[in-house]
Amino acid sequence: MTEATAVAEAPANDLGLEQDLADAVLGTWAEDTEPAFVIAPDRILDVLTRLRDASGYDFLSNLTCVDYQGYGGKLRADIDDRLEIVYNLYSTSRGGGSIALHVRVPEDDTIPSATSVYPGANLQEREVYDLYGVKFDGHPNLRRILLWDGFNGHPMRKDWHEAYYEEDAKPFRSRHPQGEYAFQEDKLPWAKNTTYPAGWDPDSWEQAVAYVPVSQAPQHDDGAHLDTESIVVNLGPHHPSTHGVFRMLTRVEGETILALEPEMGYLHRNHEKIGERNTWLMNMPFTDRLDYLNSMSNNWSYALAVEKLAGIEVPERAEYLRVIMAEFTRIVNHTWSIGFILNDLGALQTPALYAIEEREMILDLFEAVSGARMMCNYMRFGGVVRDLPEGWHGQAAYLANERLPRALDELDRMLTENEILRARGRGVGYLSVEDLISLSVSGPMIRAGGLAYDIRKAEPYGIYDRFDFDIPTLPNSDIYDRYYIRMLEAKESVRILQQALRDMPEGETLGGRGGYTLRAPEGQVYSRIEAPKGELGFYLASDGKTQPWRYHVRSPSYINLNALGPMSVGYKVADAIVILGAIDIVLGEVDR
Amino acid sequence: MASLPPNFQQLKQDQLQPFLHDEISVPDELEANVLITTVDKIYNWSRRSSMWPLLFGLACCAIEMIATAASRYDLARFGMEVMRPSPRQSDLMIVSGTVTKKMVPAIVRIYNQMAEPRYVLSMGACATGGGPFKEGYNVVSGIDKYIPVDVYVPGCPPTPEALIYGLLKMHEKVDRQSVVSVPWYQKDSSQFVPVPRLGPDVFDPRQVELIKDTTLKAAANGAAAASNGAGGDAAGEARGPVELSAKAIARMDEAKRRWRAKQGG
Repeated sequence: MTEATAVAEAPANDLGLEQDLADAVLGTWAEDTEPAFVIAPDRILDVLTRLRDASGYDFLSNLTCVDYQGYGGKLRADIDDRLEIVYNLYSTSRGGGSIALHVRVPEDDTIPSATSVYPGANLQEREVYDLYGVKFDGHPNLRRILLWDGFNGHPMRKDWHEAYYEEDAKPFRSRHPQGEYAFQEDKLPWAKNTTYPAGWDPDSWEQAVAYVPVSQAPQHDDGAHLDTESIVVNLGPHHPSTHGVFRMLTRVEGETILALEPEMGYLHRNHEKIGERNTWLMNMPFTDRLDYLNSMSNNWSYALAVEKLAGIEVPERAEYLRVIMAEFTRIVNHTWSIGFILNDLGALQTPALYAIEEREMILDLFEAVSGARMMCNYMRFGGVVRDLPEGWHGQAAYLANERLPRALDELDRMLTENEILRARGRGVGYLSVEDLISLSVSGPMIRAGGLAYDIRKAEPYGIYDRFDFDIPTLPNSDIYDRYYIRMLEAKESVRILQQALRDMPEGETLGGRGGYTLRAPEGQVYSRIEAPKGELGFYLASDGKTQPWRYHVRSPSYINLNALGPMSVGYKVADAIVILGAIDIVLGEVDR
Repeated sequence: MASLPPNFQQLKQDQLQPFLHDEISVPDELEANVLITTVDKIYNWSRRSSMWPLLFGLACCAIEMIATAASRYDLARFGMEVMRPSPRQSDLMIVSGTVTKKMVPAIVRIYNQMAEPRYVLSMGACATGGGPFKEGYNVVSGIDKYIPVDVYVPGCPPTPEALIYGLLKMHEKVDRQSVVSVPWYQKDSSQFVPVPRLGPDVFDPRQVELIKDTTLKAAANGAAAASNGAGGDAAGEARGPVELSAKAIARMDEAKRRWRAKQGG
């Protein structure tokens, strides 16, 4: 760890934004939990460039949109603009908190794309375009991303209602308290969850022309090369190497990749739309299903965001329990990911079976505390839902002190020096760490490029400042390092677990009532944790009611895919499979 | 066995005759090695003992499916450890996760590509009926809206034990089938399921007429059905008449009755 990342304070007040760019800054927005500025739409690029170059905010963490039509809170009483784009910027060199920028746009307006300053805005702007219909001027490839071309409308807008729409807020009156619930299928003539515009004629419908990626490789017209034709190869959405229902559109020449475009949305299950209807606590089990390998981390991230918004304290023992669960989860995730990187390299099954052996023992622990193996739903606002059962601590201590270190060492011995892994991994999928940061990539990917940036140290949450652990880094930023960094991180997690299990005090595990009837105060919050796959953030906006006004998940898997295309160009098709594997995505989190 | 053709019954009898009445002599040393069984039994036994699932994961349930195949639960005990990525080589499609509108054309196409005999197991709440995401605008409320399902396994996600139980139920189902009545040996039996298409929303080619009727009627009524989403992009969408069928009313009555019973007790 470098000295610089340990300093956890952002010099938010002496940015000099108001002085230098007085005409661009329309005001500050005090209701945010972070320093926030309202920026004029046409000056946003100047402000972003200024913040990146002069103030060190080199990491665009979050970019999303909020639709304020029908907003019931007091804060925006005199604001007419319907949509608001939010940017959350961080500094990877200095660490510390974020700066938030708000850009208000009327309904059908176009704003400049941030991709020229932060290339990482690519996928996030496409998502905002898809779900809200905001157009970004200068975006290199502004197409729908989660839905398909031709879809009717922009579904995250507040006035867009789906076929099974009942009410804006749960619990629905039709089910509570009377329970006289009619099946939604019965209300539609075609008994399916679909709506069509009036007058639409399916017979004359023509599907949009499929998108074809353009070569990103440098042209060679020096006459020394054979004139060959490149072809488009489609991988997925049903392909065993794409880790789920993910699709890669590649343009190849021979076996060399000229361009690669990720296509997603095949598991887009509308977490955010449903989340705006759920009560605050109802969203907790939904977070389990985001990154379904790491439900505990997701729970924690969401709980932290709501606690930050509502100012809820967490008891000491619950803080320890959260760290223990999150670090167990990290080990589960990293061993799983190691196993499946090897799978992608062609070592089918055996390394993966070894790697997930300990997972079952950890899942037994999760099942004992929460009742479910995978979808734990264990955390609440202000703690965790229940204390440990008898005998749990002993089993966890046995795992942390004896079994897991041994298992990780065994895996290390078995794989790390393996000749094939080295031959296939060394130098493949290289992208410099500067490029990775500008593409908003986070987590093990940038640490495998040599940057010791870990939110647990850079902006400590929970009680991570009490533990003695290192942030491992590796210098090469290739597949081999991305494999090995996960091994090293899992070993650090074991160290944290040993300390946490040793120091955990007795006491209560849930302060307050757990938020069953929570009404969060009006305001906005962005909070993030170091999830096993990278930076997992929740952007929440509240209008003081029992539901979130906006519930946005900044998922590491999704945004890390920004780097997939640039990393794969120039390598072979077989390498692209491993490059994807080494990003370590989970589709539940990519598509949400 | 009422469905058997009479001549087939006779054929069976004739073939069994020599065995039943010791007309064929078995050498003494082979006495312990000869087994007599029916074609159905041996056929079903071999099919269900090496039922190869399609390597096909959709969402969270796929992780539990992998855990089921891994060392602790060891699907190899049931002869099912060979997961085939190609639909041509697989017998069983485990729909393991949320089916989205964007994905459902691909799933139906994969189903069509599977060779008969083929089976479908719907794993988890989402694949069965939409699960927690049922109301989502991109979520299909159950894969059985498009392709026939043989076994449903509830859970979110089902534990590996639950999945194994579902697979054993599938084996039982296979055991009960007979070569003379299974659909894939009948004439013109192998029907392709029409692949859903992506329009303004996903639509089933089998329902084109119904959809057209509703949307055109809505347009003729001056888009009176546009109660939903007025002012937005979804304005004027045709939701169709909300006339509840007898089945729907029966379902509602049942729910009401259950609620009253709960209140009373």
